[in-house]
Amino acid sequence: MIEIGLGHYLSLGAIIFFLGVIGIFLNRKNVIVILMSIELILLAVNINLISFSIFSGDIVGQIFTMLILTVAAAEAAIGLAIIVVYYRNRGSIRVEDIHGMKG
Amino acid sequence: MMNNLNIMLPEIFLSLSIFTILMLGVFIKKSFNIIFNLTSLIIITTIAIIINNPDNEVKIFLESFTRDAFSNYFKILILISSLFVLNSSKNFIIENKLDKFEYPIIILLSILGMFFMVSSNDLILFYLGLELQSLSLYILASIDRDNLRSTESGIKYFVLSALSSGLLLYGCSLLYGFTGSTNFDTIAEQLNTENVGAVFAMVFILVGLAFKVSAVPFHMWTPDVYEGAPTSITSYFAVVPKVAGLALLIKFMFIPFSNILLEWQTIIIFISIASMILGAVAAMVQKNLKRLLAYSSIGHIGYALAGVATGVISGYQSAIIYISIYVIMNIGAFSCLYLLKKDGQYKENISDLSGISKKHPVLAISLLIILFSLAGVPPLGGFFAKFYVFVAVLEQQMYTLAIIGLVTTVMSAFYYLKIIKTIYFDDNVITFDPAKNKFAQLSIILSCGILLTFFLYPSVFNNVAITLFNS
Repeated sequence: MIEIGLGHYLSLGAIIFFLGVIGIFLNRKNVIVILMSIELILLAVNINLISFSIFSGDIVGQIFTMLILTVAAAEAAIGLAIIVVYYRNRGSIRVEDIHGMKG
Repeated sequence: MMNNLNIMLPEIFLSLSIFTILMLGVFIKKSFNIIFNLTSLIIITTIAIIINNPDNEVKIFLESFTRDAFSNYFKILILISSLFVLNSSKNFIIENKLDKFEYPIIILLSILGMFFMVSSNDLILFYLGLELQSLSLYILASIDRDNLRSTESGIKYFVLSALSSGLLLYGCSLLYGFTGSTNFDTIAEQLNTENVGAVFAMVFILVGLAFKVSAVPFHMWTPDVYEGAPTSITSYFAVVPKVAGLALLIKFMFIPFSNILLEWQTIIIFISIASMILGAVAAMVQKNLKRLLAYSSIGHIGYALAGVATGVISGYQSAIIYISIYVIMNIGAFSCLYLLKKDGQYKENISDLSGISKKHPVLAISLLIILFSLAGVPPLGGFFAKFYVFVAVLEQQMYTLAIIGLVTTVMSAFYYLKIIKTIYFDDNVITFDPAKNKFAQLSIILSCGILLTFFLYPSVFNNVAITLFNS
């Protein structure tokens, strides 16, 4: 049995974080996937904060996590609202179609 | 306890007034005008409250909130610039049917977020302030919801800004883990060059902050958002969040990261040089005025960051002076855009300015003053802004940065002069409608007046900036 320590949690956080970042850049299909990737990034941060908080015995990290969860919810709501108004105007939310302005 | 509440009176007043006018807006029909005037009144009252508060340094609520001369100066700058931006764009808002009562309220919410940003002394409060500002700005970018370009700029801004917030937050979590605290002062004590994890966190935080002030290589959203969003929002974007972002950057460099100066200095120098070069080169081929102003603002942020890159207090002061004069110039430049109206349509292409000196000599001369000032021609205000930055940079023997800065200044003069050539020497095509927007004219006059007479008393911002770092 291996002992699961802080390093393991941090690695998990880092992996989820980079999955989120890569998801934003590699995704060519749908804006909703980008929204999900952003949520992944925020969740990775939460894992980091909670594990730091547990292993250092300091409660502040967990309070920070609660606030991040709240902000993430607000961010998702606004993001979805913007996607809805965009869909009404453009009739599509494919990432390739979002190129009205260039230069 | 009551004493603590007194210290954050501006924030409390602002948030309570936002609730009140939100309720008024819901229950009164056709309430845009009332809400708009109340918003201006609230902004003026908040300025009065801040000026009446003493500005000695006090830290409250477990040292998470600071009130000092630095935050008070930036709060006043934010309030004054948003007052001018809002009022000069009022006619534009009404004519483009953006006159929903939420508009001024969301602007006030973003101002509240910026207040917490510049006052924060704790990672949590800083993050919440930043998000309150960003969430309001997402909505503002896509406020013209039946317009494809406005909603597209909203989506672009949302995706990239949320990504940068995520990076910044990841940096915050690492910083918390490796220093054991979210308080800026404690972080400053714990941080040193041996703490590799914390240095790594610093890079993430810098990326997020560079995005918020639209410095290269995190500038990709700027031109698209500036072009797509309605002009009234663009002028807000170009002025107010930049001030708050730069204040935050200086605060981070000054308090938590002061011990790892050599590590962040290289990054800031690189960002500053890249911004100055891109701002000068990419603007040359632009045909849209708003897009051109976007690239010009990227370049200007590069100069302000050159001041920050010195890592000494005189450098930070020069950056503060630079951003203050930048605010004055940009308010003037965007107010000119509100006067380019033909048959109810607002023009935003450079070719529309062709030969307007014959029909609109006053507008032409004001544009001339503002553009010369943006280019940094002496003896206008913009020259002194650049002068102070370069003096601070040269004092630290950073010759490469200074030389590249001077070269890009000359290069960027090219496109400003090209617009002036279009205004004065090309054939007249368009005669604009007679200007009815009194407040925009007032802002142009004030802005040109300050820029023209700045050389009479060039130390006006110096005297203020010196008092900001006394704590």
